[in-house]
Amino acid sequence: MSLQLTTTVCGLLLLAGIVELLRRRQLREKYGVLWIGVGLVIIPLSVFPHAVDRVASFFGMASGVSLVLFAAIVFLLVVCLHLSWEVSRLEEKTRTLAEEIALIRMKVDQNTGSDVDQR
Amino acid sequence: MIPALNEAGAITGVIAEIRAELPGVDVLVVDDGSTDSTAREAGKAGALVASLPYNLGVGGARRLGYRYGLDGDYDVVVQLDADGQHDPKFVPQMIDALDEGDVVIGARFAGVGEYRVRGPRSWAMSFLSTVLSAVARTRLTDTTSGYRATNRRGTALYAQFFPVEYLGDTVETIVQAVRHDLTVRQVPVAMRPRVAGTPSHSPIRATIYLGRAFSVLVLALIRR
Ligand SMILES: Nc1nc2c(ncn2[C@@H]2O[C@H](COP(=O)(O)OP(=O)(O)O)[C@@H](O)[C@H]2O)c(=O)[nH]1
Ligand SMILES: [Mg+2]
Repeated sequence: MSLQLTTTVCGLLLLAGIVELLRRRQLREKYGVLWIGVGLVIIPLSVFPHAVDRVASFFGMASGVSLVLFAAIVFLLVVCLHLSWEVSRLEEKTRTLAEEIALIRMKVDQNTGSDVDQR
Repeated sequence: MIPALNEAGAITGVIAEIRAELPGVDVLVVDDGSTDSTAREAGKAGALVASLPYNLGVGGARRLGYRYGLDGDYDVVVQLDADGQHDPKFVPQMIDALDEGDVVIGARFAGVGEYRVRGPRSWAMSFLSTVLSAVARTRLTDTTSGYRATNRRGTALYAQFFPVEYLGDTVETIVQAVRHDLTVRQVPVAMRPRVAGTPSHSPIRATIYLGRAFSVLVLALIRR
């Protein structure tokens, strides 16, 4: 099987997956736009893996494929970092909510408790 | 304020002792998703009980306590453990020390009591004490103690800021107090063995403790 076929099929499958997730509203728009952008870069690259050979030699790399790999790894690292950051923020938010719920629940219990006493 | 996780065996005695030793204080037990009857026992013993919907860890439970203290406009908030290790008879001394500080730590190893630890955990503790004493510009011998008292300023800070991370709740809180221009002081206390249940530290974890203590401290110092 040729390299071109492999990369093209993978690229198309990825794009289809992204579009489907967006269509089912499983991806927030801010991520959707990012991933559509990624898809639009990946598809032409997967059809013509040597398209960026020129750019690659400018950065001192032997082949465009290396450049794409390098860029992909950097991109994935940034995405992972971003996700860790988002998770940290979400944990802080759920923690605050949990505390709030415990405080409110205690107040409710106290109030219903005193109601019972009055009866 | 007492954070408690599965302490049904000890909590009743702890609350009873506090109420006997310090009549008139409000006792808040923060039940952190216990799977035993901790919350019910605490309620029966006459404490206010706040039950978290899931386990947040000691830090989360404590911040809840401080928020309650801030909302209720309390002059002093004292945090102590549910396992009976912290003797409430030292609370008046700690409150006296609040004249000179905003955060008062009830410290083991300060000459009173028999409590000792050995091995990596003790190296970590003395390392932390050395660095944090320098940070706080006062002698602190037990920076990981969960026995503390705060005045209004301390309560206000901790109601807003109290890390959930393990060790962050003790180490980073000291660094943050100093950052916010609060004064940290310590009072020697005797520590007792826990009354019932299991301690949350095993020998293996004690070794990991050393590394974590170091990373928490470095993070605390470089964080804004
Ligand atoms: N809220 C809360 N409290 C906890 C948790 N784990 C332990 N505790 C409480 O923290 C206190 C100290 O725990 P302990 O195991 O005795 O730690 P040590 O005294 O530092 O050895 C006790 O009151 C425990 O019930 C937790 O996950 N959440
Ligand atoms: Mg203990």
